[in-house]
Amino acid sequence: MTALEPLLKVEDLEVAFKTQDGFVPAVRGVNFDIYPGETVAIVGESGSGKSTTALAIINLLPGSGSITGGRVLFEGRDLTQLSRREMEAVRGREIGLVPQDPMNSLNPVHRIGFQVEETIRANGLAGSRREVRKRAIQVLQEAGLSDAHERLRQFPHEFSGGMRQRVLIGIGLSSHPKLLIADEPTSALDVTVQKKILDHLETLTNESNTAVIFITHDLGLAAERAENLVVMNRGRIVESGPALEILQDPRHPYTQRLVAAAPSLASKRIRSAAARGDSLATAEAATSERSLDLVSVAERTAETSSESAEPVIEFRDVTKVFKIRTGGPRSIPFTAVDKVSFQVPRGSTMALVGESGSGKSTAAKLLLRLEDITSGTILVEGKDVGALGKQELLQLRSKMQPVFQDPYGSLDPLHNIGNTIAEPLNVHRVGDAASRKARVREVLEQVALPESVLTRYPNELSGGQRQRVAIARALALKPEIVVLDEAVSALDVLVQAQVLNLLAELQAELGLTYLFITHDLAVVRVIADHVTVMQRGRVVEQASVSEVFDNPKTEYTRELLAAIPGADIPLAV
Amino acid sequence: MSSKNPVRKAPRFVAEVDEGGLGAVDAVRVSDRKSNLWLDAWRDLRGRWMFWVSAVVILFIVFVAVFPGVFTSAPPNDNCILTVQTQAQAEEFGVPVGTRISNHGPLPGHPLGFTKQGCDVFSRIVHGTGTSLSVGIIVTLIVAVMGIVIGAFAGYFGGWLDSFLMRIGDIFFAIPYILAAVVIMSMFLRERNIFIISLAIGFFAWPATARILRSEVLRVKQLDYVMASEAIGVSKFRTMFTHVMPNSIAPVIIISTVGLAAAITAEATLSFLGVGLPANVFMSWGNDISAAQGSLRTAPQTLIYPSIALSVTVLAFIMLGETVRDALDPKARAAR
Repeated sequence: MTALEPLLKVEDLEVAFKTQDGFVPAVRGVNFDIYPGETVAIVGESGSGKSTTALAIINLLPGSGSITGGRVLFEGRDLTQLSRREMEAVRGREIGLVPQDPMNSLNPVHRIGFQVEETIRANGLAGSRREVRKRAIQVLQEAGLSDAHERLRQFPHEFSGGMRQRVLIGIGLSSHPKLLIADEPTSALDVTVQKKILDHLETLTNESNTAVIFITHDLGLAAERAENLVVMNRGRIVESGPALEILQDPRHPYTQRLVAAAPSLASKRIRSAAARGDSLATAEAATSERSLDLVSVAERTAETSSESAEPVIEFRDVTKVFKIRTGGPRSIPFTAVDKVSFQVPRGSTMALVGESGSGKSTAAKLLLRLEDITSGTILVEGKDVGALGKQELLQLRSKMQPVFQDPYGSLDPLHNIGNTIAEPLNVHRVGDAASRKARVREVLEQVALPESVLTRYPNELSGGQRQRVAIARALALKPEIVVLDEAVSALDVLVQAQVLNLLAELQAELGLTYLFITHDLAVVRVIADHVTVMQRGRVVEQASVSEVFDNPKTEYTRELLAAIPGADIPLAV
Repeated sequence: MSSKNPVRKAPRFVAEVDEGGLGAVDAVRVSDRKSNLWLDAWRDLRGRWMFWVSAVVILFIVFVAVFPGVFTSAPPNDNCILTVQTQAQAEEFGVPVGTRISNHGPLPGHPLGFTKQGCDVFSRIVHGTGTSLSVGIIVTLIVAVMGIVIGAFAGYFGGWLDSFLMRIGDIFFAIPYILAAVVIMSMFLRERNIFIISLAIGFFAWPATARILRSEVLRVKQLDYVMASEAIGVSKFRTMFTHVMPNSIAPVIIISTVGLAAAITAEATLSFLGVGLPANVFMSWGNDISAAQGSLRTAPQTLIYPSIALSVTVLAFIMLGETVRDALDPKARAAR
């Protein structure tokens, strides 16, 4: 074992980006080794330098970035010193890359076959046309696509996200590289698809003894898929070592925070704490860390849920049919929401869970009446939402507020924060100018933002802060119901924990009812009281959180639960 | 856990805790200076020499248009003489009696020479500035207002309104606006003035602006903040005016600066073709260039100087349009 040489040795790597204010360091003195056949996961939040490190290894930094120090030794050769031509020989043939976004990583105007064959030809894996084609078919078969022969003639838009990622993995592994860099390969995919793809990737790399650098923001996923972890924060490595050790015994305060905030790991801890019969509070770290510990969030949600409250929101056989235009005068009906029924008791949180295309967001839009219902009724406090007149609808909207997914898209970039939060107050003509101003200050305090942001514009705030502004705007009218459409999905784990904590706190304080729409079952465990699982527009399962997690009734729910990364990692609680 | 055979036991590494500690998660760090799309664009513009050059040139042209008397005392249209006939005229021009002033070169007080009618070229250019600039600005306003209103309604409300407005746009688009303007101007033989010619040009030039605004509105209207605004209870109209339009207007501003240059050229073209403004009432660069075509060989100054004035003005507006476009496009800003 000791005789083994590392395949890749990164020594004191420094990367900087050139900006208008001079060089800004992105990676500062990073060291790690990778041995043949092993999987190392680089974990960190956005901006931690994890992707930059990976791109620096293969010298594919974007235009303004450059390596300013250190060495990258690949089998003893320093990759930072290679010429462009030599580097091109290394890329693809010896180091493969699976890019982050399967949707944009294939050229939409070329057939799949062309793109796979291009790789094969560029790396000189086969000579004649027939051989290239044969090899391409083989690559797709290895990537787990059936009918590989037919698939070659299709275009990327005919493939689902998971199939595209399989193609990209196939391309990345086509020349049997010694090292594969997978940059968030499954972040854009549904959990069940993610599990299948990663299982397949693991099988492939095991067979060929390929070393893998796995870049992810999800600590649970990293620990499940890699034996060694490198945790990065602000361009530096804060902790590295065997995955299990780090999860069970995080030593650096940043890693401790990360472990406490990871939803996939938190649900595990909630379960084990409950099983041991402890009070959940004992799992809590110091009070200062409380705001980031998801177990404490879960505990607070548990406190607030009241079982016997009357339903505030009621869906009765709600159906929504979209007409999909086919280019001609005809259109195809598409049932996005199919006879969905559920009730949300006052002051509780109902989570609507499902993968993309399950109709969960459409259900939320129907509730907010941003879309019209095809059939069925939605009752809010006993009133039929579909039958409301203009004035009543306005009244309803003051009681029911949405928070949307994309923290970058949900605030108007040309309005400052103060005006953004005041907008609902102005629209509903609440009080006079002075009282509106006071209310804006009040909600700003509730979401823990300083008053100085009032005159600022959204582009000056981070994603988490914008989402807090969106929550503040939703709270301005003192609503009773808040519809959270993937409200924390786009946020980094720590920020996500913070926002979830804020939501739990606000619910306890103001008695809010949440309809929480998410694809992430791990988050559900933390925040929700009841769960409705949706698949292809239908309700598959409906129960309380503990029932769904401990005793799932349907196959689909079991599949979803099994796909939560890191669910079976033994943790020291 | 990964099912792989462990190759080694990786060493455990724990970094020193930074001196500054971890800090609060997601602490609010706003820089001292405010920033939004327009402020950023202005900061970017300030640093571009092309912006300052074009801005200075345009301001100068506007000044000339408003106060032509500051630059020349020679009348542009009256008192034009073909030949010096009296002693008083001879003293005024500083040439002997009998000299032909028509197409004459520069004389003291008349730095650019004379037209065929014996009028001062420099004075005509100075006095023509106002006409050309007004036509440019009025056309741009007509095009922008029509384009923005039609484009916004078509894009935001969609459906049959969109189809209807855009098909009308296509009809107008299919007619070259110069051709249309020629036809319209031929109909208004007597009433020709700045407004008529601006309408004739502008009325057929709006479809391009409307299309651009529509596509931008289509992009903006599916952003979450538009949906959020409707869910808050803001009416569809108010959402369009407060959220959708301000966020989709940037490309229109850019093409408007270029369009202004095109409008000035269009006026010159129409005047050159003889269907523009009446030459004896309105001084205009297009008229001068048109009148000069007969005496190009003998008196090139009558053609060259109005052409230079036209080119410099058009160039200044195009340069302004380019810099504003770059400043409003964050990607172009980053690449600099």
